[in-house]
Amino acid sequence: MPPLLRVEGLRKRFGPTVALDGMSFELAGGQVHALIGENGAGKSTLMNVLAGALRADAGTMAIDGTPYVPVSPLDARRHGIALIHQELSLCPHLSVTENILMGREPSRYGLVDRREAEAQARELLANFPHPELHPARLVGDLPIAAQQVVEICRALAARARILLMDEPTSSLQRADVDHLFALICRLRDQGIGIVYISHFLEEIREIADVFTVLRDGRSVATGALASATNDELVAQMVGRSVDHLFPERRRSDPGEILLTVDNLAAPSVRQARFELRRGEVLGIAGLMGSGRTELIRAIFGLAPVTAGTVRIGAMSGERQVDPGNPASPRRQLAAGLGYLSEDRKGEGLALTMSLADNITMTRFSACATRGWLRLSDQRQQAAKWVKALGVKARTPDQAAQTLSGGNQQKVALARLMHQQADVLLLDEPTRGIDIGSKAQIYDAVVRAADDGKAVLMVSSYLPELFGLCDRLAVMSRGRLTAARPIAEWTPESVLHAAIDVEGQA
Amino acid sequence: MAATTAPAETVPVTSARRRTLARLGPFLGLVVVIAVFALMTDSPSQYLSIRNFRIVVAQTVIVALGAIGMTMIIVSAGIDLSVGSAIALTGVVTALVLRAGMSPLLAVLAGVVAGGLVGVVNGLAITRLKVIPFIATLGTLGIARGVAKWIADQQTVNVPETWVNDLAVTFPRPEWLVVAPGVWLTLLLAVGAAFMLRRTIFGRHVFAIGSNEAAARACGISVDAMKVAIYGLAGLLFGLSGVMQMSRLRQGDPTVAIGTELDVIAAVVIGGGSLNGGVGTILGSMIGATIMAVLRNGSQQMGWPNYIQEIIIGAIIVVAVALDRVRTKAE
Repeated sequence: MPPLLRVEGLRKRFGPTVALDGMSFELAGGQVHALIGENGAGKSTLMNVLAGALRADAGTMAIDGTPYVPVSPLDARRHGIALIHQELSLCPHLSVTENILMGREPSRYGLVDRREAEAQARELLANFPHPELHPARLVGDLPIAAQQVVEICRALAARARILLMDEPTSSLQRADVDHLFALICRLRDQGIGIVYISHFLEEIREIADVFTVLRDGRSVATGALASATNDELVAQMVGRSVDHLFPERRRSDPGEILLTVDNLAAPSVRQARFELRRGEVLGIAGLMGSGRTELIRAIFGLAPVTAGTVRIGAMSGERQVDPGNPASPRRQLAAGLGYLSEDRKGEGLALTMSLADNITMTRFSACATRGWLRLSDQRQQAAKWVKALGVKARTPDQAAQTLSGGNQQKVALARLMHQQADVLLLDEPTRGIDIGSKAQIYDAVVRAADDGKAVLMVSSYLPELFGLCDRLAVMSRGRLTAARPIAEWTPESVLHAAIDVEGQA
Repeated sequence: MAATTAPAETVPVTSARRRTLARLGPFLGLVVVIAVFALMTDSPSQYLSIRNFRIVVAQTVIVALGAIGMTMIIVSAGIDLSVGSAIALTGVVTALVLRAGMSPLLAVLAGVVAGGLVGVVNGLAITRLKVIPFIATLGTLGIARGVAKWIADQQTVNVPETWVNDLAVTFPRPEWLVVAPGVWLTLLLAVGAAFMLRRTIFGRHVFAIGSNEAAARACGISVDAMKVAIYGLAGLLFGLSGVMQMSRLRQGDPTVAIGTELDVIAAVVIGGGSLNGGVGTILGSMIGATIMAVLRNGSQQMGWPNYIQEIIIGAIIVVAVALDRVRTKAE
């Protein structure tokens, strides 16, 4: 019997870039097939080809042995393929029912049969234990996890037999991930084939049966997950072995205090207190929405400080921020703070501008005379950081949007390096980027600390906090625990503090 | 380094050349438009004569000056709908100062500064009152027009004969100028603005705000102050445009230039500017302004009625932007 989906020798190029270079894999019905690979390995391109959004230059696809050549996303849907994208594609102003049945609304005399539509939606929603999922609610009012369920229901309404899931858990909390996995298992047991993309090996092990590793647009390894170790998978992904993901710290005694946060309160931050010293990496863990990001934004002057103080003792003497003396990013930058946003596209990079502009933006003065840019100096200074951080780019003149996510993140970090910030405020510096880029960012962070910078790092990924930090504090519902040496924490104690600092306070 | 990929080579390759090619797009459009008219007209030699060239550039000045300012605004992801009204107002202001018998230089300065003030008002409404540019400038479109009619007492303002009247004439004296002083001034300002946008920190900040305002703020750029400066600076240019308008009419007319903002925006867009911000060049906008003037002039030469021009220009705007999308996609 032919497999549910067979892909052979798929090729796709974008100008000079080869995205798919003879990619092949097979998906059986009732199977969860994990596609893993670094960013830029071709996963997203493959998904888009399968879902009919892009056409391959060469290669064949077949569903149940019948050639499959989708001409449009609609055509792909008709063939039973549904893509559930990392960024949800729902209409926030329409109801749950309208979203689920979009394009296949039951009608009577040309009018939408509301009762029938709602009944159909209810039937699909009954599969999921989500009480807030009332068919009449507006999708925009729902939490992200519930929105994802709506998206999945839409695929099921289209009678999809093949589900393509691209990083479906990237915006979910653990409890919602469990729900999603239970759902995936149920779909699998119904004979649906699922292609699952994720960066998290732990997650893939939990949910997938079979894996295929993509590298440079080719499938380099495939097999049962049970028979491959994480080290083997990572080695296949990067094309070499990663022995030490986290570089050795040259731990020395921490230097003078560069940042003092005392009884700070800000929107979504109720109380935070810590000191940050030269040469130190301080981690902040916590659940999403616990106020971690808001804490960093308040320190950097992007949100108002409503109580308490922030003192910066750096470059230009001491500077204090409190409710009577508000901060602005401009002044915090001048005082030696550097900020890396968790939202690379929204607040980090100017994507249409060149790498050189993006890297030098916070300190154009380094390559300008009386307001006029010296373009060759600017290019050279940018090229230095492009090289130092291993950004894969042709030239500093190319637009930031031409780079992959991991490389964009390196550019965002390069900006802080060029700025010569004394204190680096890093919010989720490795979210959604590939493992090779992660290693390079870890390396840059450690080098910065070794060079006497102070680093404050917010992360949801515990292994990297344990791998990099000297001390760690945990944020929970707006309150920050005391910062303690990393050796005094365990993943369990961090999680405990994240869920329930309320009891202690 | 812990197990990382080889650092990329930094070869300054073709992207500069490609950017030049992209900028050539509007220029090719201009050549095509001229060629088409030259082929259609009965006497190509007359159409392509220096004389006709001088007519076209003199007609371009008002829109071209406006397009310099509008390019800055559009690159910063803004828009200004008050240009036509600002031109009328500043023309009236210039005329009133001239009629009062003050020095022509003072009159020109008054017009330019009045334009700058309208721009600053726009900038403040956008940043202080947090009104989006479209609405804020829609408001000043009405206000500036009203003020123009008010101070002109709802009449045209006649002016004495001074050098101001010769600023934008089609056939200037002395003969060696070839084109009017206003044309040379426009050219100079265009070159200056182009360098400013490309080569100064201010210019990079304009692009940064248009490309990603939140990122610009996080990079310590005073976004609000920049916006007031951008609208104010553009306003000065609209003011100069108003002076040219007055110069061509030889009177201050509070009802002139209705809808000119749309010509100015069209010039920028035909020249490759993006209303999403972050994209646009002065050179492109100047070519865009010239294309529109060539179309007007050519249509007149062909004896086509006004409505034909309107249809053609409308179509050109859509086609230009569509071509631009195809071009950027190909890159």
